[in-house]
Amino acid sequence: MKYIDEYRDAGLAKAIARAIRARATEPWVLMEICGGQTHAIMRYGLDELLPPEIELVHGPGCPVCVAPLEIIDKALEIAARPEVIFVSYGDMLRVPGSHTDLFRLKAAGGDVRIAYSPMDAVKLARRNPSRKVVFFAIGFETTAPANAMALWQAKLEGLGNFSMLAAHVLVPPAMRAILGSPDCRVQGLIAPGHVCAVMGWREYEDLAREFRLPVVVGGFEPIDLLEAIQMLVVQLEEGRAEVENQYVRSVTREGNQAAQRIMERVFEVTDRKWRGIGAIPASGFRIRAELADFDADRIFGTEGITAEEPKECISALVLQGLKKPADCAAFGGRCTPAFPLGAPMVSSEGVCAAYYAYRRRAPGGAA
Amino acid sequence: MCLAVPGKVLEATDIGVNRIAKVQFGGITRTVYLDLLPEAGVGDYVLVHVGFAISKIDEVEAQRTYALLEELGNVLEDETGPPESGA
Repeated sequence: MKYIDEYRDAGLAKAIARAIRARATEPWVLMEICGGQTHAIMRYGLDELLPPEIELVHGPGCPVCVAPLEIIDKALEIAARPEVIFVSYGDMLRVPGSHTDLFRLKAAGGDVRIAYSPMDAVKLARRNPSRKVVFFAIGFETTAPANAMALWQAKLEGLGNFSMLAAHVLVPPAMRAILGSPDCRVQGLIAPGHVCAVMGWREYEDLAREFRLPVVVGGFEPIDLLEAIQMLVVQLEEGRAEVENQYVRSVTREGNQAAQRIMERVFEVTDRKWRGIGAIPASGFRIRAELADFDADRIFGTEGITAEEPKECISALVLQGLKKPADCAAFGGRCTPAFPLGAPMVSSEGVCAAYYAYRRRAPGGAA
Repeated sequence: MCLAVPGKVLEATDIGVNRIAKVQFGGITRTVYLDLLPEAGVGDYVLVHVGFAISKIDEVEAQRTYALLEELGNVLEDETGPPESGA
């Protein structure tokens, strides 16, 4: 496919890896934020192609993985109601709540459906006027505009049986929390290309200034990621801390303004709890008060539900880039994609699932 | 979750309040909402995420970057000889 195949050229990948090797004179620790990028790095073995000076640590950019236990418990509470059709992106179904998960609830007779697009949930609401259709709206800034558009469409059509359980999260506040931690070793950031396609990269200029570290907006194919790493290494070797854009074919500094406008119309910024990190101020979106009629959390009275994270899962440290999945005693034994202890093993983009799928069972990549 | 797939807009039509396109991904054609990217037109390549086009792919930038990268590959090969095995 155009814009995919040419960015997977093995010869070019090796050439860029050699250029990185030639340029790196000291060890550098780089973080890719997005789970999609983590997955590509593992799938194509990019970490093994890089010289030993370059260490990649993996950020919290998997919305399924950072969804706190309590939002899963809220989803389960709502989905168990007989009048509800609960609609979710597929990845959320196996994420364990305090006692069960949406997949088991579905197996036990709950009307839980998987959607490819939030507009699928709007269609269901249109076709099932006697049922209450609730869409589980998770995602980063990439997904929030589509979810916002679905809610707005339901409002325009007067679909009173449509609502949304919103658990949106925002990248820059989480990065600020991670980079500000005293244990943080990260020296350069690959910013998430599709988040930036929507938001542009102005917020990352603040991060680069605040933490004096280089940021490169990167794409998702192997050549994109290697070029982004090369650009970071060049900046680090030259002592620069700027925002650069590797993903020029899809990202502009201002981003997609139509997408930003619909997000603003439907959502407002709120504090959010992140699995593994804790509460981060102003790090998510909630549905605006004037659209409360579409807010499932208010309609079904689940606002008060809270939950404690399980102790055995070390996703807290993994999602901040402080530990690798293989450092966890439960990894690949008590915790597998079939029986996950924590969300990073559930989502196809979760860092533990990526290490498991591509057999990075021990530090250094040995199986 | 943030994955977005590039596809080519084959048709674009206004239906009710929505702008809807047929977009080709390799051998598959799917319906995609253009409401977040109303400026996209027939022949454009767009990035599609959860059924919505979120960004237009700039063909000129894509070609320019790729040509630069290929040049880098050629220059490195000239300087360092053929790639070592297993690299």
